[in-house]
Amino acid sequence: MVGKVEPVNGNVKSGSNQSTPAATQAATLKSDLLNSLSLKSLKLKTKQQELLIRVSILCLVYVLAFMTRLFSVLRYESMIHEFDPYFNYRTTLFLTQKGFYEFWNWFDYESWYPLGRIVGGTLYPGLMVTAAIIYWVLRFLRFAVHIREVCVLTAPFFASNTTLVAYFFGKEIWDSGAGLVAAALIAICPGYISRSVAGSYDNEGVAIFALLLTFYLFVKAVNTGSLAWALASAFGYFYMVSAWGGYVFIINLIPLYVLVLLITGRYSMRLYVAYNCMYVVGMLLAMQIRFVGFQHVQSGEHMAAMGVFFLMQVFYFLDWVKHLLSDTKLFQAFLRITVTCAVGVGAIALGVGTASGYISPWTGRFYSLLDPTYAKDHIPIIASVSEHQPTAWSSFMFDFHILLFLFPAGLYFCFKRLTDATIFIVMYGLTSMYFAGVMVRLILVATPAVCLISAIAVSATIKNLTLLVRAKNKAVSSGSSRGTSSAKGSSKGLIDHSQPFQRNGAIVLLLGAFYLLSKYATHCTWVTSEAYSSPSIVLSARGAHGNRIIFDDYREAYFWLRQNTPPDAKVMSWWDYGYQITAMGNRTVIVDNNTWNNTHIATVGRAMSSYEDEAFEIMRSLDVDYVLVVFGGVTGYSSDDINKFLWMVRIGGGVFPVIKEPDYLVNGEYRVDKGAAPKMLNCLMYKLSYYRFGELTTEYGKPPGYDRARGVEIGNKDIKLEYLEEAFTTSNWIVRIYKVKPPNNRW
Amino acid sequence: MKTSMWLDLFLFTIAILWEPVLSDLVLSKVERRIDLTSQIVRITSTIKVENTGSDVVSEVLLAFPDSQASHLAYLAAFLNEGKGKVKVPASSFHVEVVHPKDMPPSLTFYSVSLPKGLGKGEILTLDVLSVYTHALQPFPEKITQAEIQLVLFQESAHFLSPYAVKVQSLSIKLPHARIESYTRMENTKIHGSEIKYGPYENVPPYSYSPIAIHFESNQPFAVAQELVREIEISHWGNVQVTEHYSLVHDGAQSKGEFSRLDYQARPYARGASAFRRLVAKLPPRAYSVYYRDEIGNISTSNLWGDTKKTELEIEPRYPIFGGWRTTFSIGYGLPLRDFLFQLDGKRFLNFSFGCPINEVVIDTLIVKVVLPEGSKDISASVPFPVKQWQETKFSHLDVVGRPVVVLEKTNVVPEHNQHFQVYYKFNSLSMLMEPLMLISGFFFLFVSCIVYMHADLSISKSSASYLSKLQWEEVLATIQQVQNIINRCLPIHDKLEASLRDLSRTGDVQACKAARKSADSLLKELSKELKLLVAFLQSSLQASQILPKVEELVARERELQERLMVKHSTVVDCYEKKSGGREIENRVASHQQKITALKLEVDDLLEFIDEI
Repeated sequence: MVGKVEPVNGNVKSGSNQSTPAATQAATLKSDLLNSLSLKSLKLKTKQQELLIRVSILCLVYVLAFMTRLFSVLRYESMIHEFDPYFNYRTTLFLTQKGFYEFWNWFDYESWYPLGRIVGGTLYPGLMVTAAIIYWVLRFLRFAVHIREVCVLTAPFFASNTTLVAYFFGKEIWDSGAGLVAAALIAICPGYISRSVAGSYDNEGVAIFALLLTFYLFVKAVNTGSLAWALASAFGYFYMVSAWGGYVFIINLIPLYVLVLLITGRYSMRLYVAYNCMYVVGMLLAMQIRFVGFQHVQSGEHMAAMGVFFLMQVFYFLDWVKHLLSDTKLFQAFLRITVTCAVGVGAIALGVGTASGYISPWTGRFYSLLDPTYAKDHIPIIASVSEHQPTAWSSFMFDFHILLFLFPAGLYFCFKRLTDATIFIVMYGLTSMYFAGVMVRLILVATPAVCLISAIAVSATIKNLTLLVRAKNKAVSSGSSRGTSSAKGSSKGLIDHSQPFQRNGAIVLLLGAFYLLSKYATHCTWVTSEAYSSPSIVLSARGAHGNRIIFDDYREAYFWLRQNTPPDAKVMSWWDYGYQITAMGNRTVIVDNNTWNNTHIATVGRAMSSYEDEAFEIMRSLDVDYVLVVFGGVTGYSSDDINKFLWMVRIGGGVFPVIKEPDYLVNGEYRVDKGAAPKMLNCLMYKLSYYRFGELTTEYGKPPGYDRARGVEIGNKDIKLEYLEEAFTTSNWIVRIYKVKPPNNRW
Repeated sequence: MKTSMWLDLFLFTIAILWEPVLSDLVLSKVERRIDLTSQIVRITSTIKVENTGSDVVSEVLLAFPDSQASHLAYLAAFLNEGKGKVKVPASSFHVEVVHPKDMPPSLTFYSVSLPKGLGKGEILTLDVLSVYTHALQPFPEKITQAEIQLVLFQESAHFLSPYAVKVQSLSIKLPHARIESYTRMENTKIHGSEIKYGPYENVPPYSYSPIAIHFESNQPFAVAQELVREIEISHWGNVQVTEHYSLVHDGAQSKGEFSRLDYQARPYARGASAFRRLVAKLPPRAYSVYYRDEIGNISTSNLWGDTKKTELEIEPRYPIFGGWRTTFSIGYGLPLRDFLFQLDGKRFLNFSFGCPINEVVIDTLIVKVVLPEGSKDISASVPFPVKQWQETKFSHLDVVGRPVVVLEKTNVVPEHNQHFQVYYKFNSLSMLMEPLMLISGFFFLFVSCIVYMHADLSISKSSASYLSKLQWEEVLATIQQVQNIINRCLPIHDKLEASLRDLSRTGDVQACKAARKSADSLLKELSKELKLLVAFLQSSLQASQILPKVEELVARERELQERLMVKHSTVVDCYEKKSGGREIENRVASHQQKITALKLEVDDLLEFIDEI
């Protein structure tokens, strides 16, 4: 009887019973036992394993997104990049030093002389406040960081946060696998990295995070119909409004999406709750930003959202009436009347509002987004910026790489499984892709959508393939176990022979997918390190021996201005350099990158394109003490003022018809050599750029005065300055500063 | 302006010629050497003092006109022992400002106190080194880029002294042989770049005969208007030094155009007085050296190092012409053991006071020594008078702040590069405070995460979503239990199979039957439990989605059990009837096929449920 009970009690007991006869055997058994016990206690459940893997992948992606943006710090130094970030840095510095209220009421005398600029009311404060809060928190936690370090690392930090949002968004629209892939893709996508490397302290750095967060929260709100999520998305929208002018995209895309849902008959209570809450609360919150103010109710760009809001109410009302009326015919009639009335009232309201001037018409920037050719004809100041040009195919390829091919595949998967969420991502993807085609810089807005949709493609494909591979594996393993349990092999399943190449095909496809993804990773790293990590303040080139040559001329000139000019000196330069001069040179400028006053810029353009005596009069009337020009003729630096000069002429000529573009061209051709137009050879910009350049030999075997940026010998080598004198020229001649002489004594 | 100054000096000279003789001291021989090779004027005077009176004299007075005294940066008197210029600090005398009575105005007196006193007829030879800053006046005050810089130096050919001087001579060393003009007197000789006045004999006290020398000097007139040196001690093994310079070229102001072309083509003719580089001599083993300013790193610098020193050559962003200014910071780390020592339970830092850059005049030097948090009993000892106070600095992870000893001194020249000491007490255990703070910070972060994960933070315990969440959790737990039970069933199936194999080996039918019985009873118990769980799932609304799968799983499992039992009993029967192996196989085959299919299905279902 004892023998019968034994197996019932399980392995443990039998082990202990057997331990008596042979000590050695017992020892081995015991150790086995211990092993199995410890393994069992360590072994995680599948759920936990999955969670662990997911969390660790997310952590790695988070760190990766941060690290890959640090190339610029390694290559150069921890510094602020480009143009606009310098203004943001300056304002952040002001905010941290003087406090929020001073910042809010800041009237800046150092820019737009003599007009000045109400900084507090003409900027999106989100970025500065974010950086200042991070700074204050770190200070509170006793980390003695410098505000510059905080500003430099803000963009990478928010890029990391964006990966998290991308994960949750992906999870919401597809599954957690797609979320993970989306997080990984967006972490290294060059289209996003270009605006979020360390040092690129610009609004876009936090705005993309805010944009994606708002979309995610809104989709979540639509999916759940929960007020809490809708409220959260309203706050996300508020953050976005405070951070970037691109919020207009949200306030137009979401109504469009709601409209599409209404048309496709996907109207639901969830949608009603989500949109109304998000719109009303979001609008009220957005009005707190001074720069935006009452635009939500007054500007034509925001009217779509309001229209859809009222449409929702009409829909709800109709729903209610339909619920009350059982007669369909009656309801049809009622429907017709109501819809006609609603549309009529809306149209009349819009017409009256526009006519009375209460609703402002669409701005030029908005038009130029819808119509790529608009800016070229009407607003030269927008068209003159290189990042506002229509996008070339190559830059799509450069910024998206394989995502460009995965995007349509992802769209296919989305259409195969249409839900409210996938409809949203499809619309986001398609509209932002259009805008990315209109303007180079809007590739940035398209990047999250492209990453998410591509992630769906990648995730769905790989999931299907691995399912195939795993199914085969199981069949084989179970087949073999069957083989051992019974000698009979005849009963092997039918599945084994069904598709002989399926498994191998799946493996090959999997390998191909991994190959593509690894190519993507190497491409992204390469692009980041080579193309997007240059601060553009410091230029670097390869010397003849392969050594690295640094051209630090900009900072040389700005620091010279800061140290060796009177503190109230006014500097005139083309608007590109305005922010940098005020931030690094700490001197007053006439115009800067906040191009709010076209006439003022045109005046500077006019001065630059006039003869010296005329320009002197203009400069006297503007109180100019120093003139700064950027010149690349010695180093071959091509984005200098001579190459930008035609835009100065165009913008100047747009306001002052005295300046005519054809005067500076010869047969429609822009030249600086002997064949150049006489007006060109004697205008202020030409003189200041090439002053005494004719005596300099720049390249061996070329005549003196050979311009390396344009590859010609200059046409006017004997330049005399009457009203200005050279005050400073940097070591590579990239920046030249001239002092305006005081007028001659009258006696 | 210049002429009026000359006139002043002249009147002043006449006025003081009539003053009475102070004491019985006579200077039997005075030799002065003036070094004008740099912007810092160094006057070395060898003075032979003779006591002709009867009393013992314990102090020697040195007189300076106020105009000179205001430029005086450093004054030291040494005992001259023979010919060699041995300047051992031990033999230096104490020098201090005195205001003796009945002295002519506009003179400043310094008294050299002689510790032993000078008896009657005794002779003592003194070496007096006086160093002046801003004593060279650029003239003309503004020059263009092409012009050279000329400076003017004014002195007296006679040694200004309250005592009579028997024999004296003066030699002036200039940087170049190019001299624009100099005051000619009797006995004036010029040898290349050196001018000699004298010897003059039997000059009465307070005689002053002004001379002026106008000469070319293209030496860098680098003046640091303010230099803040911050020396931060970390007991983890390093001393971090940060120096903030605010530098100006104090020579002739530049006027007119600055032409880069000219400067590049002929830097020494066009821009001779400008300076483009400075060399800082840092202590040996300096590491992580940086050179930057407010707007970022400055890439033009070089660093060499050997075991005795580290040399840092820095180039400002632009060449510094007359009147141009620049600011920058350099920073470096040093090993702690080279500078921190212990004495009587106190620690002390021994560090050099002045600036490491050669020939720079510092108008205001502020040295801040940042001691570790928790230092006590702080005191500083500096070899010359300085202003002293304490501050507090907050750095990483500081709670009460680090005590800072601040020393301020104006008019500093390289002669002030002497060591000073800061004494303090510090408990080594305080070093561990900051790491512990970090560790505990992370600890509390994780603990709060754990607490958050385990705490139920929902506001309304009766809300629908909360209840449904609870139910869902219950359902999940039940499904987990179902899985567990089925996972327990599967080994029992295996055991049955094993018993069949045993049977085929040993032929022990009874054991096999017993195995079946026990398995049967176990399975029955388990299926009872299963029934309860499934019943619960059926009652729960939340489980409606998953219920069919679970039910299917349970059904398949049941079927599998039955099939196994049937197979088992068939095989055992066959053995009892002693049937042949082939026959058994034939009879079992259909069951076997079904069993494997069922097993597969159960596996699939388990996996599916697992993925929820």
